[in-house]
Amino acid sequence: MYLVLEKRAERSHTIALVSPLVAIGLTIVTMSILFAIIGKNPVAALDAYFIAPLTDSYSLQEIAVKATPLVLIAIGLSLCYLANAWNIGAEGQFLIGAVAGSWIAVKTQGTDAGYWVLPAMLLLGAAAGALYGLIPAICKVRFGASEILTSLMLVYVADLFLDYLVRGPWRDPAGFNFPTTADFDPVATVPVLIEGSRLHLGAVIALVVVAAASVLLGRTIKGFEIRVVGAAPRAARFGGFNSNHLILLTFAISGGLAGLAGIIEVAGPVGHLQPGISPGYGFTAIIVAFLGRLNPIGILIAGLFLALTFIGGEQAQITMKIPLDVTKVFQGLLLFYVLACDSLILYRFRLIFPSRQVPRGTG
Amino acid sequence: MELAEAIILSVLAASTPLLIAATGELVAERSGVLNLGVEGMMIVGAACGFGAAWLSGSIFVGALCGIAAGTLMSLIFAIMALGLAVNQVASGLALTIFGIGLSGLIGAGFVGERITSAPHLYIPGLTDLPVIGRIVFGEDAFVYFSLALIVGVWFFLYRTRSGLILRACGDNHVSAHALGYPVLRIRLFAVMFGGACAGLAGAYLPLAYTPFFIPGMTAGRGWIALALTVFASWRPGRLVIGAYLFGAVTILQLHAQGAGIGIPSQFMSSLPYLATVIVLVALSRARTGGSTAPAALGTVFVPDR
Repeated sequence: MYLVLEKRAERSHTIALVSPLVAIGLTIVTMSILFAIIGKNPVAALDAYFIAPLTDSYSLQEIAVKATPLVLIAIGLSLCYLANAWNIGAEGQFLIGAVAGSWIAVKTQGTDAGYWVLPAMLLLGAAAGALYGLIPAICKVRFGASEILTSLMLVYVADLFLDYLVRGPWRDPAGFNFPTTADFDPVATVPVLIEGSRLHLGAVIALVVVAAASVLLGRTIKGFEIRVVGAAPRAARFGGFNSNHLILLTFAISGGLAGLAGIIEVAGPVGHLQPGISPGYGFTAIIVAFLGRLNPIGILIAGLFLALTFIGGEQAQITMKIPLDVTKVFQGLLLFYVLACDSLILYRFRLIFPSRQVPRGTG
Repeated sequence: MELAEAIILSVLAASTPLLIAATGELVAERSGVLNLGVEGMMIVGAACGFGAAWLSGSIFVGALCGIAAGTLMSLIFAIMALGLAVNQVASGLALTIFGIGLSGLIGAGFVGERITSAPHLYIPGLTDLPVIGRIVFGEDAFVYFSLALIVGVWFFLYRTRSGLILRACGDNHVSAHALGYPVLRIRLFAVMFGGACAGLAGAYLPLAYTPFFIPGMTAGRGWIALALTVFASWRPGRLVIGAYLFGAVTILQLHAQGAGIGIPSQFMSSLPYLATVIVLVALSRARTGGSTAPAALGTVFVPDR
């Protein structure tokens, strides 16, 4: 008697709906075991992770602040993944967007430049992210080089480039030799929504992008082409859709959104350019994209959930001395469970009872 | 001469983890499985390997634990990609993200500790030979093992029946299945071999390359190993050349930084990554006549019964 996987006649809509919830449930069970292993009370740890951040307004705002870059990047990644183009270098596009936008902030520092500064920074950040994202796409389309590897290699390059800038030409002379630029001027800063809060305009931009992506995917020909190229490449070829064109387009969009997220993060919550501006947003956004089923609304919810794990992880570190790496383990586990549960949308398990009477060999 | 010898020794040391990890991935990919989790398996191998060596005081035990950790990691991937027919790219990414977190957790207790690095071979007379003595007869065991490993893999793939069957699974899993070969089981072994190699390659870093563990110390080597399999067009011989070329780029940029040639160190440090991109582009372009990749690489296989 053994289990086999078997293709369903059609995709199961019930499982498609409940699979993210099952995945989260399984992750939480596994995490409880992990907490017990490292000698922490699982109930208290789960409370610190998932409940405590939801009970005070400061943490709630922080969740929205952290969710902003995650949602922006994941929306772009979902377009790539739908088109079967594997951009895993969003982290690098995020950093390059941050660097390019910061260039304007650094150059206009202390001048009486007007209110054009911030819009120009956001535009340049998005444009630079898009161009950086186009590098692996062009390598793929023109030369057939694996976009997975090239996009990832460019993350390290971007990281080192940022490091060079803030330790070299852009270092704040009054910064006690810390590798950081000076704090940006007020005109180069993303404004907060309510005076005295941390919630900034970026959150609104993220919501607009979610709405725009919903329209693009659900209501336009381009969105239809993206989905068909990924789901049924042969049908797409017969339909005359140009898959190379779509690889370039989706990489440019996702690079642009990652770059926008980068400059918003630097000009918003961080306030200056420095190494370590991203706790791996570009990689966590991959999880957000899958947990959100590559669907804009789903990604919004998944982004808020993953942001909760970042905030919860910080709180658990402070209150219970749980290492921050637990958050990454949690995120990795979650992706495993999401993918595993999603498999059951297309497949199902069946028990097989071997009918042969002859004794079988070793399996 | 002294400098040249030192450079060659350090190139060999820097290339060895790339070679070991890429050898394992080559076997997995020849069976048709693209495991993007090499980086994750390596870093967990590094953490477990160092922890075991530090606790036991034995490099050998450390290496074994690294292998075991890498194999266990690859089993998670196998459950996903083979057992549940999940997209291999996504499962591999998940494995890397998970591994980076897990290694931080495992290694947290060992950060800041030091061990005695793996000893180097010393044969009186031979190792003292001028020029080639230390290069040929003065390496650590990992270097010799990595070369034996790649020869063994070459022999297995091209000179044994099992190797032929494994390659058949990678080129056309439907035909291999129709001939009665257990495609998924063969792929499981190939993935586990890949995991064992990645774990050992990761363990090499804190056991022989530097005598301590730092989080994230693999620094993209797993990804470069993946690129190396493409560079080598999935052939063991070219893998050796590729690994040593990349090791050379890594070491030469370090020496150039040390010599202070006026180029910012960050630009020099990004050279291995840029070289990977350039090599991938150049090689993919040269192969317009048809891909040399295993034909079924990265595709899901669910046997019909």
